[in-house]
Amino acid sequence: MSGALGPFLLKRLALSLLTLWLLSVVVFFGCQVLPGDPARAILGPLADPRAVAALNEKLGSDRPPVEIYLSWMGGLITGDMGQSYAYRSPVAPFIGSALVNSLKLAATVFAIVVPLGIGAGVLAALRAGRPIDRLISVAGLSLTVIPEFVSSIALILVFAVLLRWLPLSATWPAGSGPLVQLQHLILPALPLVIVLFGYIARMTRAGMVEALSADYTRTAILKGLPWRTVLSRHVLRNALLPTITVIAAQMGYALGGLVVVESLFRYQGIGSLVLGAARAKDFAMLQAGILTVGAFFVVTTLLADIVTTLLDPRLRTGGRR
Amino acid sequence: MSEALPLTEPAPSVAREGRTRGVVGRLLRTPSFLIGITILLFWAVCAVFAPSFVPYDPYADDLLNTLQPPSAEHWFGTDQIGRDVFSRVLVGARAILTIAPLATLVGTVAGTAIGLITGYFGGWVDAIVGRLLEVMLSLPLIIVALLVLVALGPSTPTVVVVVGLVFAPLVARTVRAAVLTERHLDYVAAAAVRGESAPYIMSVEILPNIMPPIIVEGTVRLGYAIFTIASLSFLGFGVQPPTPDWGLAIAENYGVLIGGFWWTVVFDTAATASLIVGVNLAAESLQRALAE
Repeated sequence: MSGALGPFLLKRLALSLLTLWLLSVVVFFGCQVLPGDPARAILGPLADPRAVAALNEKLGSDRPPVEIYLSWMGGLITGDMGQSYAYRSPVAPFIGSALVNSLKLAATVFAIVVPLGIGAGVLAALRAGRPIDRLISVAGLSLTVIPEFVSSIALILVFAVLLRWLPLSATWPAGSGPLVQLQHLILPALPLVIVLFGYIARMTRAGMVEALSADYTRTAILKGLPWRTVLSRHVLRNALLPTITVIAAQMGYALGGLVVVESLFRYQGIGSLVLGAARAKDFAMLQAGILTVGAFFVVTTLLADIVTTLLDPRLRTGGRR
Repeated sequence: MSEALPLTEPAPSVAREGRTRGVVGRLLRTPSFLIGITILLFWAVCAVFAPSFVPYDPYADDLLNTLQPPSAEHWFGTDQIGRDVFSRVLVGARAILTIAPLATLVGTVAGTAIGLITGYFGGWVDAIVGRLLEVMLSLPLIIVALLVLVALGPSTPTVVVVVGLVFAPLVARTVRAAVLTERHLDYVAAAAVRGESAPYIMSVEILPNIMPPIIVEGTVRLGYAIFTIASLSFLGFGVQPPTPDWGLAIAENYGVLIGGFWWTVVFDTAATASLIVGVNLAAESLQRALAE
């Protein structure tokens, strides 16, 4: 491979670090500066001023903002995410276990939606203009815009209340095997599948249509290659590049959608953790939770960039042409 | 050629009027636009007039008739404290159809301003603002909104401003791209040669020419604003009780779903879905009509 790849990835990495740092400033601003007086926000407008002052001292929020930020960042670097006000214990273990749970749910979502979306997109492109293409595009567009809580209600009604095929709660009994866990995860995963399906199908279709009409595809067909080989080696490989970027971008979105789905299905993930912290005004937990979601998004975007670069010969040798 | 025309106004207003008429004509012949706009108008009529024609006071509880199934008296049944679901669903259009358009307006205006400035000036302004916007976009919108609503407390004006500002980066991205294609055209150079100020060039010269993408972005945003605000209400950070609202009603009642009391959530669910699909059908048709 070429020497242009290294500097390119370094630049991407530096940009990601910059984004992460800005993110920490935004989150800090939202949790510490915007409420004005965190203790007042926690205790409410009627609380005794002395109690407010005492709590602010205990939370450390009576110090100047810059000092609070620096000590927070210092803690983060050493793995200390601060103390939860609501649980009166360190934040980090909560974040860790919630993130694992959310990743299990997200993995279920993507295991269903990626093959389904790509398959539908490929089918739509191969049958472009026919009724099946129209059906996939209309279904994708209308399903994408349905909020998760709306589709969740419909799914719960059909699969948990009427048919009783799937358990209503996302929380499995302690010590359940992977299969039972999966059974509990399918119903909460479906609302996100419904939202994401349209994006992935549309991007795949667009990429496929472009690749199918490209010169290299015509050349491959005229060379006499079997259709199957043309499709897998030439068309799909080029068509799926933008789809990878979309899937990575949707990972971050999925974590946001998890807020709704996890609270609806009472699942102990990062989304319900953030929501619980928001309701309890547990700012340390909220800060750590939101930063985790943002960091996860930055990392997936970076990984998608790297994968796209490795797969796309034009980007890879860009420096030499 | 641009040197010869520095003093003429570029606006081909006759052509633009003809184009507008063509777009409207095309829209009125598009079935999906007609379906979408009919749904939207239905809910708009409900939002304005429902309080005067619904059979029951949407706020009145009736503790002797809680969780009644749909019947001749209560078409959609009653909820957990005996309020008439039919009345609450129709009146529920009011909150969402007030907050969502206002939030869209805030987001479109703020985003257009940011997009005009970054696109027109470019350079370090563009670089710094662009990076900040990218950070905003790297967080799920609902989480950013949640963060600010926790800090400031959920009230209707706060929800409007927060959702508007969360959408502004997306609008700004579209507007910036549109400005970049316009700013090297002759009429912008001509205005600069005439000695017009930057704010004048941006608002009087460039803005009218990039209205189509802004209108499309605005209608698309309206769909997402309804999505986001309904979700925020569901989470408890949007419309507050006892105001009739679909997202709120679903949050309050989905717990009794497993007991078979489906009517407490089904109609609110269908209402939310229909409004969002209606807005998106209209937005999609408008986008196509303007692109033709």
